[in-house]
Amino acid sequence: MAAVTYLEAIRQGIWEEMERDSSVFVLGEDVGVYGGAFKLTEGMLERFGEDRVVDTPISESAIVGAAIGAALMGMRPIAEMQFADFISCAFDQITNFAAKCRYRWGAGVPLVIRGPSGGGIHGGPYHSQNPEMHYVHTPGLKVVAPSTVYDAKGLIKSAIRDEDPVVYFEHKFLYRRLKEELPEGDWTVPIGKADIKRTGSDISVITYGAMVHLALEAAATLANDGIELEVVDLRTLVPLDKERVLDSVKKTSKVILLHEDVRTGGMAGELAAIIAEEAFEYLDGPIMRITAPDTPVPYSPPLEEFFLPKTSDIIRVARQLAAY
Amino acid sequence: MPSNVIMPQMGESIFEGTLTKWLKKVGEPVKRDEPLFEISTDKVDSEIPAPASGVLSEIRVNEGETVQINTVVGVIAEEGAAASPAPAKVEMEDAPKPQAVQPAPQEPELTPEPEPAAAASRSVRSSPLVKRIAREEDVDLGQLEGTGLGGRITKKDILSHLSGRQGSDVPPSAAPAPRMPGTERSPAGSSEVVPMSAMRKSIAEHMLASRRTSAHVTTVFEVDLTRIVNIKNQHAQEFLEREGGKLSYMPFFIKTVAGALKEFPVVNASISGTDIIYKKDVNIGVAVALDWGLIVPVVKNADEKSFLGIAKTASSLAERARQKKLAPEDVQGGTFTISNPGVFGSLLGTPIINQPQVAILCIGAITKRPVVINDAIAIRSMAYLTLTFDHRLIDGAVADHFMSSLKNKLEQWDEPLF
Repeated sequence: MAAVTYLEAIRQGIWEEMERDSSVFVLGEDVGVYGGAFKLTEGMLERFGEDRVVDTPISESAIVGAAIGAALMGMRPIAEMQFADFISCAFDQITNFAAKCRYRWGAGVPLVIRGPSGGGIHGGPYHSQNPEMHYVHTPGLKVVAPSTVYDAKGLIKSAIRDEDPVVYFEHKFLYRRLKEELPEGDWTVPIGKADIKRTGSDISVITYGAMVHLALEAAATLANDGIELEVVDLRTLVPLDKERVLDSVKKTSKVILLHEDVRTGGMAGELAAIIAEEAFEYLDGPIMRITAPDTPVPYSPPLEEFFLPKTSDIIRVARQLAAY
Repeated sequence: MPSNVIMPQMGESIFEGTLTKWLKKVGEPVKRDEPLFEISTDKVDSEIPAPASGVLSEIRVNEGETVQINTVVGVIAEEGAAASPAPAKVEMEDAPKPQAVQPAPQEPELTPEPEPAAAASRSVRSSPLVKRIAREEDVDLGQLEGTGLGGRITKKDILSHLSGRQGSDVPPSAAPAPRMPGTERSPAGSSEVVPMSAMRKSIAEHMLASRRTSAHVTTVFEVDLTRIVNIKNQHAQEFLEREGGKLSYMPFFIKTVAGALKEFPVVNASISGTDIIYKKDVNIGVAVALDWGLIVPVVKNADEKSFLGIAKTASSLAERARQKKLAPEDVQGGTFTISNPGVFGSLLGTPIINQPQVAILCIGAITKRPVVINDAIAIRSMAYLTLTFDHRLIDGAVADHFMSSLKNKLEQWDEPLF
């Protein structure tokens, strides 16, 4: 079987679910005739028709609002945000309505909101953000951020089948850079399960999304110095797989929390608090964060390079921590 | 000059103690060396004497509280000096409050005068993990060389120290097996939740640690103690008159075990890494059951003592254990342990080895049983003796030779009692 890209894996996942379940449909800006800004929905209009591949006006609030309504009426909509940056336009619909329907009225909203996030593609401040924490902070939502081709396909299928709203952040830097051969047949990756992408004994690097690959690169380099990193890929931010995170920290006793999102209020801070509360007596060094600084994502390529966490950052911090 | 009363360090690896009881009230006079309070630590329960004469003017640590060693638990004022003012919280509301213009009568002491050794161990830099392992495994961090940044003791340092000490090929994991398996979070039905005493916790940890460390194997021997029973009965009255105490079976066992240990040095040994440490001293611990737990005082140099010397030492240790008057050195340095559940009716037991020792003898109840001797049935006083040994070091044949020797010595007892 031919290797497929991360982007193609998501497309396959959606396609297969639409074949399997006629209540699944996609809506978003230019998802139909144009096939999506990144060509993720290419060919779907021809295959499934305009009732199930809906081009919308440029209004994220309307897209999500319509999707919630359809979901309440028994459909399984997949709402595309052309760039995850623009999800903030739909913030109220997502956080005050989709997230609270089950709690307030006992009405599940089986809705997927997906879109490309992340930098490294010289997209500047409006096309490079990582807005996951707004949704991690809102009870009632599930938040997913796959790092591999396999996880991307398995998780989009799980998200579509979930009875509650799932915000699915794909990383656009990985879209065409990753290729992997996928197994045949109908399989999924469960929401809420982290994955150990590399086992190691000395330092746990807990991360998600594109940063997983930087952590793996750093781990390969550091292994030559006898420093073994364990790379824990969260895959799902909510619900968090606390058990796997804590098990890894208890094993290695040292931890680096790594994400591409900015520092303040990031996932790393939340993880640091959980580790301090629940694994304090297993720590043999300070909990270290590697994140983007608290600024917008710069447009200038050298500034963007400075802004994003790099493999060399992980190597430097890991060496400090190993020697601590 | 008021004198601070501190939580003493009872044993080299003790970092904290629980103040179980004050024997004096605030305002009561105390004499130097008079028992002032009782403590309970990992190793020992004991009474602590007053460091000075005067009046107990202040109690800073209440009964039941656990504090680090060298913590000031109370203050003794000179006789005649007024007790220090009552704590602020009981001050009457209508009393004038001159605090704004007058400094507090005494600064809270954050750093009590430390003894040099204690100061050294407290300034050691480590981590929450290292401190936890040190606590659980009874390690004095002051004795470790740190290889971390600025001499910090790292996980690697303490684990390599432990693997040397325990002689285990498998270093204890940073996440050891749960200390208390079967932890019940919310007990169902009608029940009472009571926190463990320091002694209970210590026993629990040591028992589990031993099961993880040693390869326990138990062998059972049946021993004819008729001769010893007769000798004991013959001399009981004389012993009581001469020594003022009851003659028990224990000194017979200690004496014979000491002899057998001299013949089989490997049973009087311990393991360090891949080295075998043969102990020159024969120090036999005797498990003493207490209403509040269990303690193992040690009869030192049992091989060099006469029967009477052993009898006196053992009964004095047992008596002091029951009165909580054991000194830390009374429970340290054991090279072999005897457990005697026979006094409670147990026929035979399979005890857990008292680390870092490699064997423990268990004495079952002495009961009259029909025994075949030369094809005739006789009534004899019999007991089952079991030896639990560490198969890492002692093979079955060696353990059985040791037990055969012990059995012969007991059945053919030929030592003067006085």
